[in-house]
Amino acid sequence: MISRRDFCKKSLLVAGGLTIPLSALELFNPARLEAEKTDGKKLRWVFLVDTHKCVGCGFCVKACKTENEVPYDANVTRTWIERYVITKDGKTHIDSPKGGRDGFEDSRIDVGEGTFEEIKNEEINKAFFVPKLCNQCDNPPCVQVCPVGATYQTKDGVVLVDRSWCIGCGYCVMGCPYGVRFFHPVHHVAEKCNFCYHRISQGMQTACVDACPFGARRIGNIRDPNDPVTKVIMTERVNVLKEEYGTTPQVFYLGLTKEVK
Amino acid sequence: MKSHVWRPLYVVLAVIATVLVVRKVLVPPDFGIGSRGYMYGWHRPSNEAEWQKVTVKYRTSEYCKTCHADKYQEIKTSPHASISCENCHGPGLRHPDDPRALNIDRSRELCARCHFRLEYPTSGRGKIRGIDPKTHNPGLDCVTCHWPHDPRKQGHTPAKTAATPPSQNTVSKTSNPCERRGHDIA
Ligand code: HEC
Ligand code: HEC
Ligand code: HEC
Ligand code: HEC
Repeated sequence: MISRRDFCKKSLLVAGGLTIPLSALELFNPARLEAEKTDGKKLRWVFLVDTHKCVGCGFCVKACKTENEVPYDANVTRTWIERYVITKDGKTHIDSPKGGRDGFEDSRIDVGEGTFEEIKNEEINKAFFVPKLCNQCDNPPCVQVCPVGATYQTKDGVVLVDRSWCIGCGYCVMGCPYGVRFFHPVHHVAEKCNFCYHRISQGMQTACVDACPFGARRIGNIRDPNDPVTKVIMTERVNVLKEEYGTTPQVFYLGLTKEVK
Repeated sequence: MKSHVWRPLYVVLAVIATVLVVRKVLVPPDFGIGSRGYMYGWHRPSNEAEWQKVTVKYRTSEYCKTCHADKYQEIKTSPHASISCENCHGPGLRHPDDPRALNIDRSRELCARCHFRLEYPTSGRGKIRGIDPKTHNPGLDCVTCHWPHDPRKQGHTPAKTAATPPSQNTVSKTSNPCERRGHDIA
């Protein structure tokens, strides 16, 4: 006759015994040790945005949506342009109608729900456009929170989403401090900018870089010291967005001011 | 030993076994730790190749150059040199095989993306010569008066389409408002 106490002890032992060997094996997995060595990488994609050059034409957004099959009229986009108008009274006005897809063909600020705010030219202290896209962070919080391993970072630094594996829980959409993730209206899975992975892996530029007439967007390899983008990042006063979050973003901006968030 | 004591344990073992079997069947075989370790690299590596196989739709101006060298030369020596063909004509993916694949965007909105006057002192936009589409010859396509591939040249009236080269476009002096362009070199 087995006592209740004995039964509990034995079943705990069996259950524990079943789990320990699995984790013990993983602890000594050489693949993992290999993976944790970060040195020796030859390629790490980074992006450089020059806000002085951007005129807000929106060709990048248009090209991105078409190239990456994000439904054109859905109000979601992988990259977008924000307009910042800072007036003499110290106020910051920000808008991004349709993500800037059709450019900015109105001097008024779109404050949402069909209302617009008139701003006189004499009142403007500074006004400029800031293109936004995925920062392909070195510590991507969106990847950490994925419960199923559907989003991950490749060895060249791009964060991708596995469409067949994503369960659509939305943790990553919440987890991204830059708000670059959204649900794809057709595939119903998490969607994000991936630096046009299909283009950059065959030696092309991203669609937005090719579309930009003014060189406001550039992509480069930070591990190559001769890359023109690397040279700018190393020698000029570049900045990143929301550094305080510790995500180590890899999209660098020229001409950021404190109003840009 | 009474079996009802052991029965729950069998159930637990059966559950564990089913979970393991189902996991084996459902989880793709290549699922594992990628080069970014557990925290950032836990994934199905074959997905990387899937993303690399996405079709390229924008084929850059260099592709257009192979057949439309004249257009390419014209635009590259104009103030519009930096604008890629596909920004105004759409992605070249199925062109020229499918005649409907490309469109010619003659809308005023296209030009206003850059030429809508915004006096922004700290932005490149403030440096582009701008107009207000509400007052600058409303109702007419911009390309009626400005040749898009070289805006220093005159456009054409819709009746006289691209058949006449834009630079030799002879439009009646009285009716064409483009004639007012005193500074035009065309
Ligand atoms: C392989 C040669 C080839 C290439 C490359 C090519 N085209 Fe064409 N294109 C043609 C031919 C042939 C026609 C005329 C037949 C037609 O209308 O489809 C044409 C016609 C056009 C037209 C006029 C269409 C119309 O409706 O009148 C435009 C605009 C155009 N091409 C733009 C482009 C752009 C932009 C690119 C680059 C993305 C490009 N082409 C690349 C061969 C080419
Ligand atoms: C600023 C926008 C813009 C850009 C950039 C542009 N096009 Fe065009 N293109 C137009 C418009 C608008 C028309 C129609 C003009 C008209 O009304 O006939 C046109 C007409 C054409 C046509 C057919 C008409 C003709 O002239 O016979 C071809 C072919 C063409 N473009 C090719 C190109 C190629 C190749 C490039 C890149 C080197 C290019 N375009 C860049 C706006 C543009
Ligand atoms: C991507 C931005 C962009 C788009 C789109 C664009 N332009 Fe321009 N345009 C420029 C720039 C840059 C210049 C040169 C700087 C300047 O003259 O202000 C220019 C110059 C001009 C000029 C002055 C040319 C001169 O020197 O006399 C005219 C006219 C013009 N564009 C008309 C058009 C028309 C018409 C369209 C639409 C088919 C168009 N633009 C689309 C950027 C653009
Ligand atoms: C009826 C003919 C006509 C139409 C249509 C037209 N323009 Fe003009 N545009 C002119 C003439 C003439 C000038 C030169 C005289 C002037 O500055 O007003 C000019 C000048 C310009 C300039 C240079 C302004 C400067 O400050 O030097 C730009 C840019 C321009 N147009 C863009 C456009 C755009 C964009 C459209 C379409 C929304 C357009 N135009 C439609 C006739 C036209």
